[in-house]
Amino acid sequence: MKNHVLRPLWVAIAFVALIFLVRHFMVPKDFGIHGRNFTYGFYRLGAIDDWKAIPVKYRGMAGCGECHEDKVAEHQKGPHHIIQCENCHGPALAHPDKPETLPIDRDRGLCLRCHAGLPYPTSQRANLPAIDPDKHNPGAPCVECHNPHNPEM
Amino acid sequence: MSCSRRDLLKKAMCGAVAASLPLTMFRFLSPAQAQAAVAGSGKVRWGFLVDTRKCVGCGFCVKACKMENEVPYDAPVTRTWVERYVVTRDGKTHIDSPLGGRDGFVSQKVGEETIPPEEITKAFFVPKLCNQCDNPACVQVCPVGATFQTNDGVVLIDRTWCIGCGYCIMACPYGVRFFHPIYKVAEKCTFCYHRISKGMVTACVQACPFGARRIGNLKDPNDPVTRAIMTERVAVLKDEYGTKPQVFYIGLDSNVR
Amino acid sequence: MTHELFVHGAEWTVKEFFVYPNEFIYWSIQIVLYPYMTGLVAGAFVLSSLYHVFGQQDIKDMARFSLVFSLALLPVATMPLLMHLQQPLRAGNPLFTPHFTSAIAAFGIVFSTYALIVMSEIWFVYRKYFVEQIEALKGKGAVAGAKRALYRVLAMGALDVSDEAVAKDKKAVKILAGIGIPVACFLHGYAGFIFGSVKANALWMSPLMPVIFIMSAVVSGIALCMLTYIVIMEWSKLRHKGEAAEIGGAEIDLITKTSRYLLGFLIAAITLEILDLIFRGYTAMKSWDILRSVMYGKDFVNIFVLQYGCGNLVPFILLLMPRLTIRRAVVALVLVLFGVFMMRWNVVIGGQAFSLSFAGYMHYHLPVIPHNVETFKEGLGGALLVGITPFVLFWGINKVLPSLKTS
Repeated sequence: MKNHVLRPLWVAIAFVALIFLVRHFMVPKDFGIHGRNFTYGFYRLGAIDDWKAIPVKYRGMAGCGECHEDKVAEHQKGPHHIIQCENCHGPALAHPDKPETLPIDRDRGLCLRCHAGLPYPTSQRANLPAIDPDKHNPGAPCVECHNPHNPEM
Repeated sequence: MSCSRRDLLKKAMCGAVAASLPLTMFRFLSPAQAQAAVAGSGKVRWGFLVDTRKCVGCGFCVKACKMENEVPYDAPVTRTWVERYVVTRDGKTHIDSPLGGRDGFVSQKVGEETIPPEEITKAFFVPKLCNQCDNPACVQVCPVGATFQTNDGVVLIDRTWCIGCGYCIMACPYGVRFFHPIYKVAEKCTFCYHRISKGMVTACVQACPFGARRIGNLKDPNDPVTRAIMTERVAVLKDEYGTKPQVFYIGLDSNVR
Repeated sequence: MTHELFVHGAEWTVKEFFVYPNEFIYWSIQIVLYPYMTGLVAGAFVLSSLYHVFGQQDIKDMARFSLVFSLALLPVATMPLLMHLQQPLRAGNPLFTPHFTSAIAAFGIVFSTYALIVMSEIWFVYRKYFVEQIEALKGKGAVAGAKRALYRVLAMGALDVSDEAVAKDKKAVKILAGIGIPVACFLHGYAGFIFGSVKANALWMSPLMPVIFIMSAVVSGIALCMLTYIVIMEWSKLRHKGEAAEIGGAEIDLITKTSRYLLGFLIAAITLEILDLIFRGYTAMKSWDILRSVMYGKDFVNIFVLQYGCGNLVPFILLLMPRLTIRRAVVALVLVLFGVFMMRWNVVIGGQAFSLSFAGYMHYHLPVIPHNVETFKEGLGGALLVGITPFVLFWGINKVLPSLKTS
């Protein structure tokens, strides 16, 4: 009965021990300081691999040319050659196996992204061929008259 | 010697506990030391170069980013966005970024305002993304170590460990962080880490038709991006916060927020 | 697939002019309540320590009550955080992998330490009572038996109630209360640090923030203890009307004396807040334009009328006027509590009322009628739940640890 004063302390120590025990099982083993210091580099190493494992969805123009050689060739000749196929057609990821995943988008909005006229004298935008979307055949898909792959044709 | 066995045991225990603590946990490096540590830690430090003079506000970068990184397309949050600045004769700056510029800028209206063309003195577009700061304030405040800086300088989030407190979102001066609507954890631009680690460029860089966005290795003096940053007059956003942003801008205006 | 696309913050944020796309009011009502609740905990404990450590005999009756009340408030301080977290199941992570460069990482450790101190102190205060109850409840039926078993567990086998042992208890209480004051201040100071250290936020970033938070915490803690004390004492007087002469309701003498401590801390809190305000205006850094438009424009009523006017000035006058009555004290205390709440509101919500771009504003609309879990947790329902819980807990704890018996 002598040291009853210390009893709450034992409870506290048991509590701390419990946290360390749970921590031992809960925290992944690769958690630690992997970067330059504790402030910026304290993390689970596997998290980097989690990010690397994400599938690439935008495959790039070269991949499109493997099947659509003619379209890419036509596209390369015109001023639109700077635009990636996938910008308008969408990410190619599942498309080679399942062609229907990329239906053709004929939306006027795709063209207006660059060609809706904006009177901005100091911006590159002012140097692009432009229309007023409210006056230039409103509502009609641009592709009815213009070839999006090579508008000069 | 009046040292009892009990005292000795006590001291031994203290020593053991102290030795088992990782001392680096309590070490705070000075900026110079940190810089040195980074310089020595690898051969790659990703950096970004935005040429605002080339941007036309088409928003293909935002579209590509959202698709590539699975940020719900119609959610009002985005990892990268494009801002429009229209400065008028009265000295006012009109700014907007509808849907983050996802569908481009197709209207002359800025926000709700129609600005007569003759009033405009200058107007331009500014793409924004995570600055992958050298001293990221967002990482410093994470209570659990769920966000961190990789050795090649990219700030990532551990989706399995984030508790969703939002402190990092508050700490970022650039407003690049948000809660992912599906995963319910903090989310941000990763410089498309899954792409750059495979030797590809980011989705936004690939999508940009005008070369307004470029990514490169700042530790390689022959990298064209590094050369451009070294030789041209570049600026960074909000350097007063001391975060040392690694996204550099050509043609930045003092109106840019 | 028609699953709802929930963007955290979008439901209660209305943007005006240019705000970055990802900016919303991410920290809403629960984060207003969080420092408010920790403040009440810290304040209640400091009040009890004034008696235990500094031997302020005039508030002896208040001391025991406020100590137990601070125990009831303890779990409630964590509630707003749990309600706010997007991943509440991972709430233990800050204890498992604390990243000490974050102010929030300290919470788990400081809070646990503080909780252990409060519980130990209460154990020492009540140990003699436990032993007495174990004796008194011997062989008195099943209910009493269960209660007796509970006291046996609580006593942890320390049944010695000799004068020597009780003297040791008293000494332990004094030491724990002494350690507890800095820990309570630290607990709340770091809550201020959470905000004060956010350099991205022009309104929050201030080294005065932790001190302001501690001062207003003590103010609110004392006010809540006084108020609850008055309500309970008056209510028991009403209930036992004409029964026993010794139940006399709340003692105005005690209230007057406690209110002096309240006034002292209130003066300190206001002084610091005004200093902060003046300094921002005088130095007029880049952010001052937008801060001024928020403070003197959009949030004028919240800050100057509700917080400083109704919450500080009016109760200040009410408490200072001679011949304090219970009724006047109650009005003043309610106003003080409201004022501190508005201070938290104006810091947390006010700090997000303007965009990081300094070119736009965000307006907060508290969700009143919830239509999903999120709008309940971060709405009026969640707030009321947090507000009511401490009283329910106190009612329960008081059955085991009676704290309202006047000596």
